[in-house]
Amino acid sequence: MNFLRDVGNWFNNPAHWRGEGGIPNRLFEHVQYSVIAIAVAVLLAVPLAVWLGHRRQFGTAAMNVSNVGRAIPSFAILVLGTQQFGLVEYPIMGSFTTFIALVALAVPPLVTNSYVAVAEVADDVRDAARGMGMTELEVLRKVELPMAAPLLMAGVRTAATAVVATATIAAFTGAGGLGRFIIDGRATFVNEEIFAGAVLVAALSLVTELGLGAAQRWLTPQGLRVEIGAARAAAVVSSATPEGKVRP
Amino acid sequence: MFLASNVDRWLWWDWIGRNTDLITSSLREHVILTVSAIGLGLLIAMPLGVAAARWRWLYAPSLVFTGILYTIPSLAAFALLIPVTGLTRTTALIPLTSYTLLILVRNVVEGLDGVPSEIKDAADGMGYSRFRRLTRIELPLALPTIMAGIRIATVTVIGLAAVAGLLAIPSLGNLIYIGQNRPIRTAITVGIALSVALAVTADLLLSLAQRLLSPWARSRAAR
Repeated sequence: MNFLRDVGNWFNNPAHWRGEGGIPNRLFEHVQYSVIAIAVAVLLAVPLAVWLGHRRQFGTAAMNVSNVGRAIPSFAILVLGTQQFGLVEYPIMGSFTTFIALVALAVPPLVTNSYVAVAEVADDVRDAARGMGMTELEVLRKVELPMAAPLLMAGVRTAATAVVATATIAAFTGAGGLGRFIIDGRATFVNEEIFAGAVLVAALSLVTELGLGAAQRWLTPQGLRVEIGAARAAAVVSSATPEGKVRP
Repeated sequence: MFLASNVDRWLWWDWIGRNTDLITSSLREHVILTVSAIGLGLLIAMPLGVAAARWRWLYAPSLVFTGILYTIPSLAAFALLIPVTGLTRTTALIPLTSYTLLILVRNVVEGLDGVPSEIKDAADGMGYSRFRRLTRIELPLALPTIMAGIRIATVTVIGLAAVAGLLAIPSLGNLIYIGQNRPIRTAITVGIALSVALAVTADLLLSLAQRLLSPWARSRAAR
């Protein structure tokens, strides 16, 4: 009980809410790293994978990219990058190594899910759209993308939750973010700081997961909502992974 | 000058030679963590999965619960437990086990669901009891799906066990932690190379086990 009171005191200390090392700034850094990385990864991966899915080509290659990504510990790139480039900071992007590592982490689930989402649209539906005189681009835009939206968003959600979780580890290589509280608390043996940091990270992770889940449901076309019963909802919950590990 | 350059080398064989004890003990801890997490995960997930496959209403809540566990970042989970369980294997095992549950429970249920109903009917017709039908017919037929889950869970746990090393809990990640702190680049290389090698080896061995345990799948493919 004493320990929980210490944690409460840590949160109540106004010094922990101010300046570079304060909770608002660390939270901002964490969200900044994550949002920029996810945005760039989406721009890189989704259009390409959607187009490949539409053409139904290179599916195996896309899966292999994802599987190789699963075997590499997510912080390996962080540590290697920091050793190679040092702690370079850029405006908007924040820490350069963190950026590279997080983009690399987000790309595999985005590629897999976007590809599968579009490639799995039923053949007869596509044929019907073509039979109605739609151009290839119209088939993609009006038929395939709406039908692919739930699974595609599941990919974004997986990637985003993995990125938010891994941005924590960025602190280990000297970057900012909420992981700083965990790493600094460990270095100085202040357990309540570690605990506070862990609570903040877990909360942000859950908010990301639930928020993107809501976005996913909202983006699902009306006609598809009926079949999204417990099974689909379950698949959606499960798509988030702790440290960027991607389920196939 | 000589020292500094050695420290910067990505592969410094001397260091590896002098630290084989550290390296093998880190590898051993990593393997122990992985095997125990998967074993404990199966102990929880098998009964839960079997129950959820039989009583449907259990499935959604168990997926939501294990899904929430899955969302907690591993570094946060380890850090949260250190005040309670210290820098021990237990601290690493609790989150690692909890991360396997979602994958395992889902694959057990999906595997059991995939058993064709005519096979279950045939078993009933042959006078199998519910329990014997489960152990002799359904679980063996669900095995490929369950094994697929074990493979995903194993590779995931190997990656996450390395994260525990960042908090000085013994594992291959601890080599990376040491390499970053001292700094000795070779330790980083060894830590990363061994965890990737371990993940690939484990996946290969498990896929081999899967083939050996379900020979009918192979003969069906050959036909």
